[in-house]
Formats: sequence, structure tokens, C-alpha cells
Amino acid sequence: MNEKTMTEEQHFSEVIAEENICTNDNLVFERTETLIDTPMHYCPGCGHGVAHRLIAEVIDELDIQDKTIGVAPVGCSVFMYNYMNIDMTEAPHGRASACATGIKRVMPDKYVFSYQGDGDLAAIGTGETIHTCNRGENILIVFINNGIYGMTGGQMAPTTLPGMKSTTTPFGRDVSIMGHPLKITELVAQLPGVYYCTRTAVNTPVNVRKAKKAIMNGFKYQELKKGLSFVEIVSNCPSNWKMTPIESNKWMEENMLAFYPLGDLKVPKAEKGE
Amino acid sequence: MKELKLMKGNEALAEAAILAGCDAYFGYPITPQSEILEYLTQDALQRTGMVVLQAESEIASINMIYGAAGTGKKVMTSSSSPGISLMQEGISYIACAELPCLLVNVVRGGPGLGTIQPSQGDYFQAVKGGGHGDYKMIVIAPSTVQEMVDHVKLGFDLAFKWRNPVMILTDGALGQMMEKVQLPDQLPRSTEDPEWATVGKPKTRERNFITSLHIEPDKMQEVNLHLQRKYRAIEKEEIRCEKFECDDAEIILVAFGLVARICQKAAQLAREKGIKVGVFRPITVYPYPYDELNKLADQVKGFLTVEMNAGQMVEDVRLAVNGKIPVEFLGRMGGIVPTPEEILHKLEEKFVGETV
Repeated sequence: MNEKTMTEEQHFSEVIAEENICTNDNLVFERTETLIDTPMHYCPGCGHGVAHRLIAEVIDELDIQDKTIGVAPVGCSVFMYNYMNIDMTEAPHGRASACATGIKRVMPDKYVFSYQGDGDLAAIGTGETIHTCNRGENILIVFINNGIYGMTGGQMAPTTLPGMKSTTTPFGRDVSIMGHPLKITELVAQLPGVYYCTRTAVNTPVNVRKAKKAIMNGFKYQELKKGLSFVEIVSNCPSNWKMTPIESNKWMEENMLAFYPLGDLKVPKAEKGE
Repeated sequence: MKELKLMKGNEALAEAAILAGCDAYFGYPITPQSEILEYLTQDALQRTGMVVLQAESEIASINMIYGAAGTGKKVMTSSSSPGISLMQEGISYIACAELPCLLVNVVRGGPGLGTIQPSQGDYFQAVKGGGHGDYKMIVIAPSTVQEMVDHVKLGFDLAFKWRNPVMILTDGALGQMMEKVQLPDQLPRSTEDPEWATVGKPKTRERNFITSLHIEPDKMQEVNLHLQRKYRAIEKEEIRCEKFECDDAEIILVAFGLVARICQKAAQLAREKGIKVGVFRPITVYPYPYDELNKLADQVKGFLTVEMNAGQMVEDVRLAVNGKIPVEFLGRMGGIVPTPEEILHKLEEKFVGETV
């Protein structure tokens, strides 16, 4: 029987069966061990899934699955422990960095990271964020900034842009009433306890690679015990921005990245100029 | 006999924490218990390697406890009333996630900012909940500086036995007063990781995660039923109480903590006047010794509950007695400690006189 006379079903099962395509010789990509093979609850097009994957890839590449403890607090990432094949703690809203401090202080040789949204890190948890950074805890904070409260259905976040609509700023954020968006990453970059601080995004392949490099740095720097690594990932929220994923990425680039420019805010001295 | 030392309650408790092999303390200053943090920052690290960290708030310190307790280490915090109020959300999470830890409340007068003087006004908060949802802490109430020491090891033992937060409910007077104490031997810090701890996942086991989030109603109900079964078992096994001259008593004073000692003096004064009075002291206020009190109700004509609050534990005494005999109440508030004489006076007013 040649290929032309095959039914479609036969074609799939016999010609493009997994074992016929993936051989040791041509294998270029594998499922990330640290990412659990399960459907995610995130909306289509959301940046969280990519950010999760990057962290999982870094943990795999550094081979530190058995030495890593993650903390994800209340917000869209509250179910992160369902997706990451590592030990994790679900923290109260805003308190992830305090929780991570407790873990790191009793196990200083383990890798500890928190994964927090903008409402969590820059509104209810501002105090914990600043003091954890200022103490120079040897942890990595991954900060997802999508300018809105995702989990609760699209209310104004501390990072919501001026004029941006949300369910609690239905006519757009009026800074004379609601105050200004908080650039907390610029704020913590000033603190001596912060060793590395950068802003990335996951909207294009290039930015995804840069974000992964930043997360990789954040894990590696923990070994140096020289202070905290802070990696912001500017992300989209198609559902609550009420856009398609493609529209949301375009809007993010034109509006979010104009206000929150990508790039390093603080890099270790030896690394400058690399 | 072991050496006796003269120590302040708060410092004795802090020393007991080091000796119990505590792995970490996270706390924030508040009167009247700041000596605990001060004492631990002196040389706990040098002596045992214990982590001692001053947090930026009580909210931060309870969440440091939450994170560190999840690693299966012996961790503790201490505070006083307003600070403990700030911790309630975290305590609720810790109770639901079933993490062992030791919390100390050196109670001061409230409500609000209140006073820095001693009080028992946080009884309800400690034994009935405090935070949101159906959970319980095991609550032990020392009445001497010696018990401030002994209850630290007891607290850690109970916390790990039941995977539950344990609170030492004491007050500003016990925290500040000096008494002779006998200190225990140094115990080692934690050496083994419990199988549920988040310490990094080896290939040989499934991942551990610590959460109090169960979005499916059936699952959340199952978690609640599991907690309630645990609390019923704690109520069977862990009740501790002390009776002072109750065997022939006609009237029994019921009090916890420091007030129980004042009641002993009042009972002595009463006996000198020919009134047979005993003292019943719950040592665990959760679980509460309902059955013991109920039995005693058959042999006496009344209870007088004495507290440094507006009447909190008296509700549990009435639940225990279930209407069998009168339960009277004497309470002082605002940081005022009742005197033996006023207790005796109240006792005579309520139980002696035309009925005798």
C-alpha cells in the first residue's frame, strides 16, 4: 500500500506516528520536565503560560528541581502549583515575599522564588515587597505586570495606565482621582538590597528569550548571596482588556511598553557592558 | 536539683525557645513582649544557629512563619494583642494548611490601642477563631514564669503532633514579672524534614504544595471535615487542667493564667473564714475541660469565674455547667488585675449570706 491509497487515519497512525518522527537523531525539543502536562486555566493568549514555561525551562536547565521552592500568592497565578512540578506554597494576597523570606531564611542553600501579579506585589503587598527587597533577601521575585486585576475580573490595578478602562475605572483611569500608575520596579531598583533588576516581556520571540535570560540570571544570582533579583514581565490580559490575543499584544507594545520601557534597571557591576 | 534562675517571664520564654531547639523566630516589637525579640537577637544565632529576624510588621512576621513552617522546621513568633489581630489572616491560612508553629500572645488591655497593662481580653480571639473560617488553635495558658518556660516545649510538641498552630496565651504581667525558674536541657534543632514539607522535590517523591485553596465545594467540605475530625481528637486527648483544694469545696473559683494564682490566695482567705473554696484552672483553654467542670458542678453550689476581661471564658464555664448551678462572674478590664480581697468579697456577696 503506498501513501496515496492510505486513509487519513492510516496516514496519521503509520506515517506521522510519534516514534517515526522523534528519533534520538533528530530530537530538538522535549517536554519541559518541570512543567506538568495538564491544561492550564489561563485565558487564551495570556502571558502567564509562557512565563511559567520559562521558569520551568530554567529550573530544568540548571537541574535544580530538587532544590527549588516557589511561592505564588492570590491572583491569576494562585494555581501555579498545579503546573509546576516543584515544591510550592500558596501565599496570602500580597505576602508572597514575606513567605519566601521565611523559606529562604531557614534553607539558605535552596533556590526560592515568588511569582506575583501587580495587584499583589504593588498594592496590597507593597510593604512586604519593599522590605524584602531592602533586606536583600537572596531570592528571585518574578513580577507579572498586566495593568489589571485578572482573577477578580478586571478592576483597576496599581499599574493601570492613565486613561485605561477597567471595571472600576469605567471612564478610564483619572489620575486626579485615582492617582498615578506605580512604577514599583524603578522604585525597588533604588534599594541597595536589590542586586539585579530588569523589565522584560513575553510578547515576541526575542522578548521571550530575553525574559528567559533574566529569569536564568535571577536563579543563578541566588548562589552568590548578594541580594535580591527582581524580574518584571510586562504581560497582556486579553480577557479583561477585552481584546483578542493579537490585539492585546499590539496594544501592550504601543501603550504598556511606552509607559513601562523594557531593559535593565540594575545589573551587577561585573556584568555591565556584556 | 537543677540550678534555679531568677528570670523575667518574656526572657524566660525566649530562653526556653532557644533550649527547645527552635529553628527560627520572626517578630515585630510591641509592648509588653518586646523582650522576647530583644533576648533572641543577643546570642541565639551563635548558640544554636537559630534564625532570628525582625520583620517590618506582624503581617510580614506571620507570613514568614507560614513560609518557614511549611519547610517543617520549628518556628515561632510572639506579639501582643493588636499585633496578634494583624496576624489573624495568616493564622487562618496556617491552620487550614495544617502547619505546625508556636505563637505567643502576651495579652494587653484592649480594645483598640488600649493599654500596655495585662489583660485576658483576647480569650475569644484565641479559642473561638479570630481569623476567618472554621479552624482551631491549641491554646495553652501558663500561670507562672516556670510555665512560660515549660509551655514552649509542650507547644512545639503539640504543634508537630497535630500539625496545628499552637498559641501560648499569656499576659503582660506574666511577661514582665520575675520569678525563679528551672530551665530544661538544650534540645537539638530540627534534623529531619517531614514528608509533607516544601524543601525541594527529589525525583523519588511527588511534589509537595502547601495551600488552603480548594475551589471545589466538595473538596473544601472534605478539608473542613478532616479538620473537624482532628479537632475532636484533640479535644479527647489534649485537655489539661489543674484543681486546687476542690475535693471538699462548696464553691469553686474558675480562672486561667495569672488570675488562677490570685484565686488561690482568695481561696485561702475564704478558708480562713470557714468557707470551703477551691480553684479550677484550665491549662488548655482550647481544648477546654468541659467534662471536668461539669462533674465538679455536681458537688458544689456555685462557680465564680474570675477574668481580666468583660466575661469571655465564663461563657465556656456556663456551657460546661449547662444550668446545673449558678455561675457568677467577676471581671476587671483596662489592665487592672483583680485582688484576692475583691474576689473574696464577690464570692461572699454571691454565695454566702442568706443562702448559707
